[in-house]
Amino acid sequence: MAHEHKLAIFQGLLKFKSNTQKIWGVLIFLTIVTIIEVALGIFKPESLMAKFLGMKILNWIFIILTIVKAYYITWDFMHMRDETKGLRRAVVWTAIFLILYLIFILLQEGGYVFEVYDNGYIKRDF
Amino acid sequence: MSTAVAEGKTWGGGNQPLKASYGKMMMWFFIVSDALTFSGFLAAYGFSRFKFIDAWPIADEVFTHFPFLHGVDAPMYYVAFMTFVLIMSSVTMVLAVDAGHHMNKAKVTLYMFLTIIGGLIFVGSQAWEWNTFIKGDYGAVQTKGGNILQFVDTDGHRVAVRDFAMNAHGERVQHERKNGLWFVDEGALPTYTMDEVIHGLQANKDILVRTQILNEEGEKTVLSREESIHQIMKNGKVYVEGANLHVNEYGSPLFADFFFFITGFHGFHVFSGVVINIIIFFNVVLGTYERRGSYEMVEKVGLYWHFVDLVWVFVFTFFYLV
Repeated sequence: MAHEHKLAIFQGLLKFKSNTQKIWGVLIFLTIVTIIEVALGIFKPESLMAKFLGMKILNWIFIILTIVKAYYITWDFMHMRDETKGLRRAVVWTAIFLILYLIFILLQEGGYVFEVYDNGYIKRDF
Repeated sequence: MSTAVAEGKTWGGGNQPLKASYGKMMMWFFIVSDALTFSGFLAAYGFSRFKFIDAWPIADEVFTHFPFLHGVDAPMYYVAFMTFVLIMSSVTMVLAVDAGHHMNKAKVTLYMFLTIIGGLIFVGSQAWEWNTFIKGDYGAVQTKGGNILQFVDTDGHRVAVRDFAMNAHGERVQHERKNGLWFVDEGALPTYTMDEVIHGLQANKDILVRTQILNEEGEKTVLSREESIHQIMKNGKVYVEGANLHVNEYGSPLFADFFFFITGFHGFHVFSGVVINIIIFFNVVLGTYERRGSYEMVEKVGLYWHFVDLVWVFVFTFFYLV
C-alpha cells in the first residue's frame, strides 16, 4: 500500500520514473509558483489592479496560486494521491466546506461593520 | 452460517477500509482540526481587515528589511526566502519518508537531519522578523482616536521622527512608585514628547503628514502642509515607535495583534515540529524503526511537518501578498 506511488502529475501530462524524481519535480513546480507570486507582489502590474468580484485581480491570482501550491503539497508531499477515495474525501471536503462557511460569515460581517463606520453612523476618527 | 462468517470478517476487527493505519488516519484527522483552527485565525484577520478595508497597512511598506542589508528597501525578499526554506525542508522530509519505505537507515538519518536544520533556520528567521517588527522603523504619532499619522517628505518618501524631532522646553518625568502613588505604575515614556515632534515639524518645511486612509490608487493619503500641522497639533496624542499589543506604528493595532498571534501560533507549530523531528531522528539513529521493521513513524511526523508548511503557504499569502 504505502510503497505504491502514483507517479503522474498534471492529469497524467507529466510522468516520473521514480518517487524521488517526482518529489524534485514538484519542488521545481512549487518554486516557480512562489517566484511568480513574489515577482507579481513586487512589480504589481497596473493591468491586474482592476477589480473582479469585489477584489483586485492580482489578489485573486495570489489566492488561486496559493490553493494550487496547497494542492501539490497535500497530494504529493503528504501522499494524498495514494490514499483511498474515502480517506481523501473525509479529510479534504470536511475542511473545505467548513472553511468556506467560516470565511463567508466573517468577511460578510466585516464588510457590514465597515459600512456602518463608513456611512458615519459611528465615529472613529476624532 | 455464511453470513456469520462474512460478518465476522467485516466487523470482527483487523479490517482497514481506508487502507491506512490507525496512527496515520488519526494524524490526518488531527490535521483537519488544526487546519480549522488556523482558518479561524486567518478568517478573523480577514474580518478585521474588511472592517478597516480603507485604512489597512500595506505589507510591502511594513516588511522591508533583509538581514545585513541596512537601509536597503527589500520588500518581501526575506519572507520569500523563508518560504523557500520551509518548502525545501518539506522536500527533505518527504525524501526521508521515501528512504524509509526502502528501509535505508543512512538516508533517513541524513534527510531527517537536514529537515531539522531547515526548521531551525525558519524559526530563527521568524524570530528576526519579530525583532525587526517590534523595534520599528520610522516612528509615528498616534491620535486621540487611535489612528496613526506617519511622516513623509515632499517626494512621498518616509521620514523618521528621530531625524526631525527637536528639543522642546520642559521635561516629562516618568511616574514611578517611589515618587507618586505607590499603587500606580507607568510604563516607559515615549522617546519623544508631542512638543518635540510638533517643534520639529514646524521647523522643517518639507515634512508632511501621511494618514492611513487609502486613496483611489491604493496609496496612503498625504496631507497638505497646513493640514499636516493642524492634524498633529489638534489630534496628536503620543509618539509611538515599533509595535506591540497596544500600539503599532505601521497602522491599525489589530494588524500587529494578528501578526503576533498568527505567525506566533505557526512558529510554535514549527518549533514543536522540530522537537518531534529531533525525537524521531534519535529513534532512527538508535535503530528503533529498523527493529520494528517499518519507518511509518517517520511518515506520521512527516504529515505534521508538511502541514506546517501548508499553513505557512496561506499565512504568506494573506499576510504578505494580498
